[in-house]
Amino acid sequence: MILQLFIFVLAIFLGVELIKKVPSQLHTPLMSGSNAISGITIVAAIIAAGIGGPFGKILGMFALIFATINVVGGYMVTDRMLKMFKGKKD
Amino acid sequence: MDFAIQIAYIISAILFIYGLKMLGRADTANNGNRVSAAGMLLAIVVTLMTSGLSFGWIIAGLLIGTIIGAFVAIKIQMTEIPEMVALFNGSGGLASLLVGWAEFNKYVSQDANVYHFDAFKLIVIFLAILVGGITFTGSVVAFGKLSGRLPGKPILLPSRQIINIGILVLTLLAGVFIVAMPLSIAAKIFLAVAIIAALILGIMVVIPIGGADMPIVVSLLNSYSGIAASMAGFIIANNVLIVAGALVGASGIILTNIMCKAMNRSLANVLFSGFGSDTAAASGASAQEQGEVKALTPQDAYYMLEAASSVIIVPGYGMAVAQAQHVVKELADILEENGAEVKYAIHPVAGRMPGHMNVLLAEANVPYEQLVEPEDVNPNMEMVDIAIVIGANDVVNPSAKEDENSPLWGMPIIEVDRARTTFILKRSMNPGFSGVQNPLFFKEKSRMIFGDAKATISAMISEFKDAQSD
Repeated sequence: MILQLFIFVLAIFLGVELIKKVPSQLHTPLMSGSNAISGITIVAAIIAAGIGGPFGKILGMFALIFATINVVGGYMVTDRMLKMFKGKKD
Repeated sequence: MDFAIQIAYIISAILFIYGLKMLGRADTANNGNRVSAAGMLLAIVVTLMTSGLSFGWIIAGLLIGTIIGAFVAIKIQMTEIPEMVALFNGSGGLASLLVGWAEFNKYVSQDANVYHFDAFKLIVIFLAILVGGITFTGSVVAFGKLSGRLPGKPILLPSRQIINIGILVLTLLAGVFIVAMPLSIAAKIFLAVAIIAALILGIMVVIPIGGADMPIVVSLLNSYSGIAASMAGFIIANNVLIVAGALVGASGIILTNIMCKAMNRSLANVLFSGFGSDTAAASGASAQEQGEVKALTPQDAYYMLEAASSVIIVPGYGMAVAQAQHVVKELADILEENGAEVKYAIHPVAGRMPGHMNVLLAEANVPYEQLVEPEDVNPNMEMVDIAIVIGANDVVNPSAKEDENSPLWGMPIIEVDRARTTFILKRSMNPGFSGVQNPLFFKEKSRMIFGDAKATISAMISEFKDAQSD
């Protein structure tokens, strides 16, 4: 438990360092892309839907549906946005 | 096997860190998103190898979620992206809430013989539910305001701060009870209380915030959904969740701060001031005193544009609504062929999200070099023949530097009022998203061109084309 708190705190500082200077045109893709990363809760949803009593599993399945929407939708929309930026450079 | 899974999680965390770093730079952003997606895929695949899983519900959940997520991502228009990000974000928050609920259910149905009290687990279950719930309903309200399904104006309930504090105290009490007596029947009731209170709290904190500030709210809620994911990680003791959630939580806060700075406001001011609620009525009266506006037809605009040698285009949300980015680019090309120098001045908070205009103009293949920031264009504004404001309002409002009592006072703007002539393309005389009246419309050098931005610009283009064919 202490080890996990330790990791959490270090990761917070890492996150602050990663996003210091970002050009404003990338703010929307960055927000959308990091939003997709927060869909990592999908891992917990898989565990919840796969292990436990029937009621817990059904809750887990709904968690999994919403987490998957977050992950799949988030990455695909970010990709669509960024492709447009790439297109004009060619 | 467990060891291999843990190693894979470490690799997945590294991919997230690299992906996020690459997302912050223009030349690597596209690959950065893919690197982070690869990290996600790896985390999902190895989680599916966890021993003891039954796959029925998992397959159903993954399938349904993938179909909905992919369908929405492919279908939506680029102009709808801000509200979709809000909705995806809310979806993630709801997932964390449900994980918390499911894990609580698992906790209380442990075999009594092996049961051991775990306060830490109960606390993080409660926090996942609280933060996840706020993220979910807060994001849904933000979605409603951004998409126009809810009124953009702040909705201010009387003594809302007291109500909010009351709900928060109730939620925390429920939390204390859940942690203290998890196995009692009452704990289930308190869990329901905590869930409902968290959902109400999310609505209550976002509804008093004006539509113009929604980008900042979405960014903040994005940070919350990261924290909620971290809490879910604490529940199942999984480091990759903790790390990825914390990364999003921290970077979301930083991004929120950057956006607040661009509007010269503090986060507290955004969240609690009810910005834009009372000003619209007050300045509506002064609109009469500011004099008359001078309207212009697209034909007249053509004659002036034809003679211009330096043009600046200032796009705003109106351009997005009218889907005018392609015709804007066409007009800019014609003006350049005609010998004029054309630049697009992009305000960091123009549109409904920072960088919103850049995304739209990129879609229309506007060269990156033509996009300039306010501080690059303001010093030479007197040399600009015509500034064309397309559906932007607050970001060109001169009260930001002229009127100390204006709510916009101090916000950096694009100073189009100093250009030789300013065209303002607008559907009506309504004030901007912030609800603040704009004295720019009444200035001596300003010309209003009323109508749908796309139709207006198309009319200008056909004037140019007619002139060429003669």
